[in-house]
Amino acid sequence: MSIQVRNLTKQYGQQTAVDNISLSVHQGEIVGFLGPNGAGKSTTMRIITGFLPPTSGTVHVDGHSISDNPMLVKQITGYLPEHNPLYLDMYVHEYLGFMAGICGLKSALKKAHIEQMVDLCGITLEQNKKIGMLSKGFRQRVGLAQALLHNPKVLVLDEPTSGLDPNQLIEIRNLIRTVSKDKTVLFSTHILQEVEALCHRVIVINQGKIVADDRLDNLMKGAGNFLIVEFTVDVNIPELEGIEGVERVLKLANFRYQVKGSHDRDIRPLLVNFAVEKGLSLIGLHQEENSLESVFSQLTSVQEKKAANP
Amino acid sequence: MTHIFLREFNSFLDSLIGYLVVGVFLISMGLLLWVFPETSVLDYGYADMDTLFSFGPYVYIFLVPAITMRSLAEEKKLGTLELLMTKPVTEADIVVGKFLASFSLLILALVPTIIYYFTLYQLGNPVGNIDTPGVIGSFIGMIFLGGVFCSVGIFASAITPNQIVSFIIAAFFCFAFYVGFDSSAGLFSDGESALLVKQLGMLYHYESMSKGLIDSRDLVYFVGLGGTMLLCTKTVLSSRSW
Repeated sequence: MSIQVRNLTKQYGQQTAVDNISLSVHQGEIVGFLGPNGAGKSTTMRIITGFLPPTSGTVHVDGHSISDNPMLVKQITGYLPEHNPLYLDMYVHEYLGFMAGICGLKSALKKAHIEQMVDLCGITLEQNKKIGMLSKGFRQRVGLAQALLHNPKVLVLDEPTSGLDPNQLIEIRNLIRTVSKDKTVLFSTHILQEVEALCHRVIVINQGKIVADDRLDNLMKGAGNFLIVEFTVDVNIPELEGIEGVERVLKLANFRYQVKGSHDRDIRPLLVNFAVEKGLSLIGLHQEENSLESVFSQLTSVQEKKAANP
Repeated sequence: MTHIFLREFNSFLDSLIGYLVVGVFLISMGLLLWVFPETSVLDYGYADMDTLFSFGPYVYIFLVPAITMRSLAEEKKLGTLELLMTKPVTEADIVVGKFLASFSLLILALVPTIIYYFTLYQLGNPVGNIDTPGVIGSFIGMIFLGGVFCSVGIFASAITPNQIVSFIIAAFFCFAFYVGFDSSAGLFSDGESALLVKQLGMLYHYESMSKGLIDSRDLVYFVGLGGTMLLCTKTVLSSRSW
């Protein structure tokens, strides 16, 4: 097991940023870390990388405790912090050289590693420019090159794709996929398609607590099934809800309703029967693909309601 | 540590900062020592370098905070400190590397003033009529003084992400350590406590060095004060509570 977090809590004064969470990332796995802003993603990642000390709980990376053996953990971890901090007045090559030196790479190895990373991250043409001159996409590549420089076993990436345009997004995503073949990766993001494209497993965190930790397909299954029905006139919502197997009805627009049915049965025939009985013309009925967005908003909003009325 | 020192020192030389610091120091010292009639050696008539060594520290009080205010404050603001701290380097490496870079720049600014010594050596009547041990002692005193100022500046830079705040704090504390104790010694009527307070300040130890006498007590004072400031800086960084 590459990253093992047990009963981790982090408090800033009165505020609890991370509340007794446990998670693990296995060797060779890519795990997406999801959650709304301020949910505790960055805090958790900062603790895993040894930047912040935890209030309580333990973190082990590749079997080494971050509090007992921080230097060893830092040697095998590559980290891209949120907002990708860089020395803007340094040249790309100079910067990577500095970072390689700090990671303790010997000068012979250093040159080869830098060349390899420059090549891999696609910054060959930019390597003699000042970092401050680079566009955001290239800065992100430099940040990734920095994180990968010492060939770490574990990669922690905090929102590696935030603020990029769609093309850059795809490029960075491919880059992450290429480099993460033999590594353990934990990365946080807001972009849900990214999770679908990259991750084996998703951990959703909300208000400092883990609300889901599962494979993506399992997560999608558990969310229930949604139907969009359309009539020619308005329908009484309680009547719709009275149909067997219907759990919740939401009015989307005039004459359009979103119906949530229990996930183990098909309620479409029942809806058709209902329309016939009431003499309504049913002009639209389709199963909505259960999107990650809906799963996400469900997971994070339910929790908020609970928190509001405990 | 070497890597951090080199990066920091190179960033001084790559930007204007390094040249400005050396330039401003040498220009102001040159003007005071050779041009302005009130302080000029040529008008004074004695071949000594007291002007350099009594005004130098005041120029330091402005220059050193200007060199150090950036060192940690900017890293905090940019977030690169987070990057450094998640690499296999200790906080002590970062602090000492930064300190040495600023300190080296300061020594670099001081080195050309050695020429003044040789000029005065030639101007003396008879040639060579200058208090050589006093000058050597004063140079050593200036170096130690600069070291302590740098460590104060690095500390000020560690406690805030704002460079201006860092500059003001550093300049104030340098000034307070340099003449503050000496001046407040006058508040005490009995000689013994006045002397004690005086000895807490840097001016007392600096003056004793400029007589050409390198006393281990003065060395212990400077090294101790500088070391304490660096230790405090390290503690601030370790606590992550800026």
